[in-house]
Amino acid sequence: MPEHVGQSVKKSGGRERVTGALQFAADMQMPGLLHAKLVTLDCARARILSIHAAAAEQVEGVHCVLTPADLPRPMPRYGPVEDDRPVLADGETKYYGDPVAVVAAETEQIAAAAAERVRVQHEELPGVYTVEDALAPGAPLVQEPSLRPDSPHRDSNVYNEWHYAWGEAEADEADLVIEETYRFPMQVHFAIEPHVFAAAPDEPDGVVIWSTVQHPFPLRRAVAESLGLPAAKVRVVATEMGGAFGGKGYPKFEPLMAFLALRTGRPVRLALSLAESFLAGRRAAGVVTMRSGFSRDGRFVFNRSRADYLIGAYADITSSIVSKAAYIGCGAYRIPNLEVTARAVFSHTPPATAYRGFGAPQYLWALEAQIDRAARRLGIERLQMRLRNIPDRGEELIPGDTPVDGDWKQGLSLAAEAVGWHEPLPPGHGRGLAIGVKSPRPGAASQALARLHHDGSATLMVGTTEMGQGSKTAFSQIAARALGIPFEKIKVVCGDTGRVPFDAVTASSRSTVCMGNAILAACEEIKRKTAALAADAHGVSADRVSVSDGMVHLPETVLNYAEAICSSYGPGEGEVMGLGEFRLPRDPEHPLGGPAPFWEIIFFATEVDVDRETGQYRLTKLVTVADIGKAINPAAVKGQDEGGSLMSVGQAMMEQFILDERGRPVNLGALDYRIPTTQDIPLRTESLLVENADGPGPFGAKGVGESGATAVAPAIASAVAQATGASFTELPLTAERVWRRLKQQERAPDTSAPD
Amino acid sequence: MSSSLPITVTVNGRERRLDVAPNETLLAVLRERLSLTGTKKSCGEGECGACTVLVDGRAVNSCLMLAVEADGRDVLTIEGLASGDELHPLQEAFLEAGAVQCGFCTPGMIMSAVALLATNPDPTPAEAKEALCGSLCRCTGYVRIIRAVLDAAPRMRPVGNGTHN
Repeated sequence: MPEHVGQSVKKSGGRERVTGALQFAADMQMPGLLHAKLVTLDCARARILSIHAAAAEQVEGVHCVLTPADLPRPMPRYGPVEDDRPVLADGETKYYGDPVAVVAAETEQIAAAAAERVRVQHEELPGVYTVEDALAPGAPLVQEPSLRPDSPHRDSNVYNEWHYAWGEAEADEADLVIEETYRFPMQVHFAIEPHVFAAAPDEPDGVVIWSTVQHPFPLRRAVAESLGLPAAKVRVVATEMGGAFGGKGYPKFEPLMAFLALRTGRPVRLALSLAESFLAGRRAAGVVTMRSGFSRDGRFVFNRSRADYLIGAYADITSSIVSKAAYIGCGAYRIPNLEVTARAVFSHTPPATAYRGFGAPQYLWALEAQIDRAARRLGIERLQMRLRNIPDRGEELIPGDTPVDGDWKQGLSLAAEAVGWHEPLPPGHGRGLAIGVKSPRPGAASQALARLHHDGSATLMVGTTEMGQGSKTAFSQIAARALGIPFEKIKVVCGDTGRVPFDAVTASSRSTVCMGNAILAACEEIKRKTAALAADAHGVSADRVSVSDGMVHLPETVLNYAEAICSSYGPGEGEVMGLGEFRLPRDPEHPLGGPAPFWEIIFFATEVDVDRETGQYRLTKLVTVADIGKAINPAAVKGQDEGGSLMSVGQAMMEQFILDERGRPVNLGALDYRIPTTQDIPLRTESLLVENADGPGPFGAKGVGESGATAVAPAIASAVAQATGASFTELPLTAERVWRRLKQQERAPDTSAPD
Repeated sequence: MSSSLPITVTVNGRERRLDVAPNETLLAVLRERLSLTGTKKSCGEGECGACTVLVDGRAVNSCLMLAVEADGRDVLTIEGLASGDELHPLQEAFLEAGAVQCGFCTPGMIMSAVALLATNPDPTPAEAKEALCGSLCRCTGYVRIIRAVLDAAPRMRPVGNGTHN
């Protein structure tokens, strides 16, 4: 039996991807399909006075123009946490791109042409597009207070506020105190596959949704509640996705498509353009003011911060984004006295949602920069400074939560060594370090159904979705090992609520651990049941039968699975099913609802080469060291770190979603919003893994996926700071920004950059 | 829509006669008329390279090319690359190198690489990066894609000192 776990087996579904055979959502052919187009306004916030659909309805090939008048009153609202997002704009658009109506027609072209003929009389209203504007006295309210009568923040633009603290509140005596404000811009996910949402009537009295969605079960709830249907009558099929990165996590236009499908009696599909996808979800911008105290020998004495996240007009999943980021306000460091106050602030901007790294990158940008500034001021080398503050394995990180579950000093030292930290620096070069840390979603459950068929092959049915991360491959490897059958004999069915058991979300690097454990449990049940079947068929007691390496061992004979199942059900008949479940503990006393099952940690080291004359710089080295417990598939794990870290190179060097003074995007689309190309790859990249088999997942695995995208920006800024003597507080760190800072510095030298 | 125009285009070795609208893109024809959905639509404005196909051996963004411009030409899409069950060396190399994550950019990326290796059978890493810079990938960080292209190059060169064909 080949050893599968720990090998870089080729990707499940890889062949379909390299031949173009894989059907993505926009490739699916459906008989009678209608195409939908959203009707939107060329402004952000506006009062809708009237909607005239007649001219659009007369266009040949148009089947329906759905307006709020066609929807139930009050307007159905939905969301993963708060039911605050209307199916169509309810009297007022809240952001640029907020749909006021939708057209369904025979072709995309007809739908687009008709959408332009829907006349919407409206009055543009002043909006708020920055944290400062949204919090200013007298600022227009984004959400009507009646939407959240019980919220203490209902008369402001604060969605919610979270406060975490430990140690002594007033322990502000330190040898060095540094206070600074850091800014992190809005960014878009830019999955190469734009969002696609389709719906069709389903017999009897139900609806089926096909969506580029990471989390089909929360979507099923949103559609069912919006339409007043039982969950059993809503089937959500999560299609294989062309990248997601958090942007395809939570409900978007699926409830609207469901209403449209039921109204027309036909399947309807809304395939957004890439530009429209920018307006469907983006990363929250962050403003973090941090006051940090250090002892003379470079140890944290205290850290106090206020973090404001600019979200859109709806809560979406931002309560989790902001609270989780604030909760781990110590980063990967031992901070005896800590206080974080974080707010999610509503604005008239496109919806903020999950984005690889969740809220951590915005916060870590500040925390890591503070450490660098302190190191410089104290004359302590930056690696040493960090090592002095990193807790040991088994030490408490956050009071009452899971202790440190890895050798973090070892990880950071490995990254430093790989980048050549102690080697002489070529002229114009600088090196940087940073640590990214976060935790997966607490308190959540995963269920897996495994079916061992009559011929000894197996099907895994799981709610996990496939967006490129390779979960199908990892799950097949785990099950192949657990059942003792070849990888090639396993098929994984993903993310169809009509077929697979429950899974909370495909997010937060939880699937390998949580669903992986559920699959292991399901396989164990299969082995128990198969042993019992064989025992019964052969008239021996069950305790005399064992299953190992894909064989059923009876006192007198050994059977393979097919023979064992046949001995009980007869030739070619029957199968054995196992249902496995893995649940993280739920703790109502815990601020996040439960402790972290593991800390997802990664260490970054960078080297840059800066041209002082232009501010342009090249990333010459990028090293990641991820402590992942055990790599089920090393190539796939490294691919996650490479991809996540290069995504963050964009975050650090070039990406920002810019709105004008009226809330309209300035760089809407691929021509104007730049992401890294092959020309932006660092000259040298290295992805290293620490594997101590100390995670809670199968074979000691921890999660991977998000961490690569957590703290590249501070590592790059740290390197640029060393190369130039200037330090930075705002992203992206464009050549222009570096150049301006250097010019400024010529007039007034910066004392906070590392030597 | 305005009147349609007849075109004859060879797609993956097969001659196709079609009546196309003057504003219809090659991408739309491939995907919607010929059901060749391996060619992907993303940005629709020639920036992402997901729709890359070969036209007379040259890599083009099929979203920017009108179908009428393909009249009389030879178009190769990702579906035409493998020989039966046997994958093209680039397809094989992408799988082996772990260069495929979501796979949405993969068809366009591979077609760009086919065009590169046809004109430059032994590219340097810098040349490979330059040739593929018009194809965006958001998953992989490109590291394994470049590796795959460099791995495939020698497998496509004829053994001995024969000329490239």
